[in-house]
Amino acid sequence: MGLIKLLRTTAFRFFLIYFVLFAVTAALAVAYIYWQTNVLLAVQLENAIQAEVQSLDEQYRTGGIDQLQRTIAERSETPGNSLYLLTDAEGHRLAGTLKTVSPDLWNSEGRVAFVYRRPAAGGSEERLAYAVTFRLKDASRLIVGRDIEDRREFGRVVRSAFLWSLGGIALIGAVGGLLIGRSFLRRIETITETSRQIMAGDLSRRIPLSGAGDEFDRLAANLNAMLQRILELIEGFKEVSDNIAHDLKTPLTRLRNRMEAALRDVRGEAAYREALQGTIEEADELIRTFDALLSIARLEAGASSSAQSAFDLSAVVGGVCELYEPFAEERGIRLTCATAAQAHIRGERQLVAQAVANLLDNAIKYSGAVNSSTPPSNRAISVSVALNGEEAQIIVADHGPGIPALDRERVLKRFVRLEASRSRPGSGLGLSLAAAVARLHGGGIALLDNKPGVKAVLTIRRDGGGHITPQ
Amino acid sequence: MRVLVIEDDAKAAEYLANALRESGHNSELAADGDAGFELARGGQYDVLIVDRMLPARDGLSLIEGLRQEGVRTPALILSALGSVDDRVKGLRSGGDDYLAKPYAFSELLARVEALARRSAPEKANTRYVVGDLVLDRLAHLVSRAGEPIPLQPREYRLLEYLIKNAGQVVTRTMLLEHVWDYHFDPQTNVIDVHISRLRAKIDKNFDRPLLHTVRGAGYMIRDGAD
Repeated sequence: MGLIKLLRTTAFRFFLIYFVLFAVTAALAVAYIYWQTNVLLAVQLENAIQAEVQSLDEQYRTGGIDQLQRTIAERSETPGNSLYLLTDAEGHRLAGTLKTVSPDLWNSEGRVAFVYRRPAAGGSEERLAYAVTFRLKDASRLIVGRDIEDRREFGRVVRSAFLWSLGGIALIGAVGGLLIGRSFLRRIETITETSRQIMAGDLSRRIPLSGAGDEFDRLAANLNAMLQRILELIEGFKEVSDNIAHDLKTPLTRLRNRMEAALRDVRGEAAYREALQGTIEEADELIRTFDALLSIARLEAGASSSAQSAFDLSAVVGGVCELYEPFAEERGIRLTCATAAQAHIRGERQLVAQAVANLLDNAIKYSGAVNSSTPPSNRAISVSVALNGEEAQIIVADHGPGIPALDRERVLKRFVRLEASRSRPGSGLGLSLAAAVARLHGGGIALLDNKPGVKAVLTIRRDGGGHITPQ
Repeated sequence: MRVLVIEDDAKAAEYLANALRESGHNSELAADGDAGFELARGGQYDVLIVDRMLPARDGLSLIEGLRQEGVRTPALILSALGSVDDRVKGLRSGGDDYLAKPYAFSELLARVEALARRSAPEKANTRYVVGDLVLDRLAHLVSRAGEPIPLQPREYRLLEYLIKNAGQVVTRTMLLEHVWDYHFDPQTNVIDVHISRLRAKIDKNFDRPLLHTVRGAGYMIRDGAD
């Protein structure tokens, strides 16, 4: 990855911002400390000079210029930072550590900072000093001062320490920023790379997780889940189109054959009428299949929740039972509904009713398949509603031939009809539609062995699925 | 009955117009939403048949516009979109009935006729009479030739809907929608058995049947020979 790219990473930008903020803060702190120290040192300096001046003043008062000259000469002998110069009125040096003075200093009065030369190893050096100058009564002059070169040195040390450390921080920060930026960039780069491959058509690609469980892993896991969902939807659509191709083409072919046969029929008009009647019926069947397919596709895509409302599930199930009861009775099947208690839930009432209708439809169809010698107890279907915490269950149990354990999962898929029932009417979508409705409501369908027969348990969440898209 | 068909597919519109004429109704055609809107606003029609997806102005906004201008002509929406949601949207926009394409003409005709009847000023009927069959809405009683006929609540509602539309075809889907409030087609024809039961109660012991099956369409209650 290029340096330009690296410098444009968020991590590096963060580093830059933080570096500027830190430098400004540190400069302010150092400046404050430096200033405070200087103030303190200035006070000390002033006090030291004042004390010196006071004691010299005493000497002058008691012994005049001569004693002052002696004292200064004495003090000049002891090494230290104190500076003295005593001259007569003409400017001739009488005593003191300062050998020469500049005319500026000579003419100045009061407190003054100046540079003087002091002998050092291999010549002399320039040093900073601070002094108070006096003009005595006899016009002779006195300068009392202190060498403050150390103070200048202190400032220099602080400044250079500050600059060095700032440089160090900048260097460490830049390297750190680049390293962090690079690791961020690498993680992002894997996501980008994966998304490119997916866009290029390889939908099975997933973003690898680092295993650190950090925010990148969480993001990657979520993106992967999203990709999985998209893949499922796409596969769903593909399945729909495959199924349309298969299960709609078959009846269309039948339709066409029937019409061709009618045209060849020598009976003429009577045959045409018969064929047309059959054609309309087949067309209706096709439309029903197509509608069911579209409904399932819609439901599985996670339909809108705008049609959701609160209703009594028992009443809805009872209503469907009541709708089917005469139909079942006509076929010699006893339909019992145990839906006494109220069961308030949220959901799409029409869809739930349709799902229950489909389950009942199937149960009646399969019970009807039992041959007439079956004892009446086996020609019974029971429907019940049960509340189970957050879930509501609708149980439709028949005593028909049942579904082999191996086929139970399969029949919930779109279009699957057990071979035995291929010849019977129905699009084979009833159970799939019911399953889609259940999933839309955050539940599902389980087909259990009723020994004999099938016990279909349709589970939905009482809050309507909380708008969770089906998994 | 004057019907305005607002449909952009020329073939479908022509088919509808011909079929309506054969059933004894006058119809006019409009090929897009704007033309349909102008005609519906100006003309005196008994029913509007509005395709949902139209050029220039879609069916729903057309009906909404008409309702805002105070045009109350009943409207039947035709649409390729058939989900419960689409239906609700259609009826919310001011449509009076909703039929998903493709449809059987008999279904459309029965619904259009029911709409036209609904728009005619209806007396607050408390008693319906067909031949010697009487349905008393106040007392919730049904009798034929003076003999009371006990009916289950659902049978009563079934008969009430049929008798309100006496002399008109009522389709199975219309019964499902109005008597049961279901907007889906059960996979098997469960309505027929309910009709048989009702027929057994009101027609069985009488010479002249009143509840007729109309082949390929639905049912009709009427007094008179077949």
